[in-house]
Amino acid sequence: MYAAIWRHLPGPAWVRVLLLLLMFAAIVAALFVWVFPWAETWLPFTDVTVDDTASG
Amino acid sequence: MSAVRRAVGVVGELLITAGVVVMLFVVYQLVWTNVQADLAAQEKVDELEQTWEGAEPTGPEFDLPLENGEPFAILRIPRLGENYQVPIVEGVTLEDLAEGVGHYPETALPGEVGNFAVAGHRATNGEPFAYLDRLQKGDAVVVETGTKWYTYRVTDEYIVQPTQVEVILPVPNKPDVEPSKRLLTLTTCNPRWASYERLIFHATLTDVLPKGEGRPAVLGGT
Repeated sequence: MYAAIWRHLPGPAWVRVLLLLLMFAAIVAALFVWVFPWAETWLPFTDVTVDDTASG
Repeated sequence: MSAVRRAVGVVGELLITAGVVVMLFVVYQLVWTNVQADLAAQEKVDELEQTWEGAEPTGPEFDLPLENGEPFAILRIPRLGENYQVPIVEGVTLEDLAEGVGHYPETALPGEVGNFAVAGHRATNGEPFAYLDRLQKGDAVVVETGTKWYTYRVTDEYIVQPTQVEVILPVPNKPDVEPSKRLLTLTTCNPRWASYERLIFHATLTDVLPKGEGRPAVLGGT
């Protein structure tokens, strides 16, 4: 999979490395901004209130 | 054969990728949420101190009605550190609690007769109540508002089910009783990383100091 991505990227090796780093950074940013805050709500760490509805 | 090998290779790469994502999530949860929440909390404390600076001692204590997400007081607990200070925000939604500790709407305001109830994170997102279990009976919990310092002293500590909302009643655990005392209640999750119960502290108001007469002695005075 990663080999295929490498083959499809244009340019010399250093350009490909740079592109891969940019893609990695974009994915990490998306995870931190959208995916992880959503995933966090499924974990119990943030339940700190007393509440008579089902979840805290 | 080569198709199988390729498939195994792709699965392996996906598994490694999943491992990296999980590790990134751990970093997010244990480090990033705290960094962000601490920055937000500090910003709110600075904001409050700026609005209060030079305010008339007879001026309004809060901007009523309080709006959700709006910080209106600062919580200090000497047992949790000399420089321990957290903004108290109106509301107890996840967004409110990401910037400090949250005041249960509908419960009393600081200094009022009744129960001033506050919730805070014990793990991740700034975790202001991470070490709340260290509080002992008699410990001071200080609430700073626009014009006053309220010092409460811890009276009770116990653990309840998450649905036991009666702990934040005006008279805790006693519905339909007219309050006469000025109480403060802190709620957080218990156990710290599992959260199937709630840790509760009650404190009672022992001292009110108008601003301009220095800081309360429990904070080192001035």
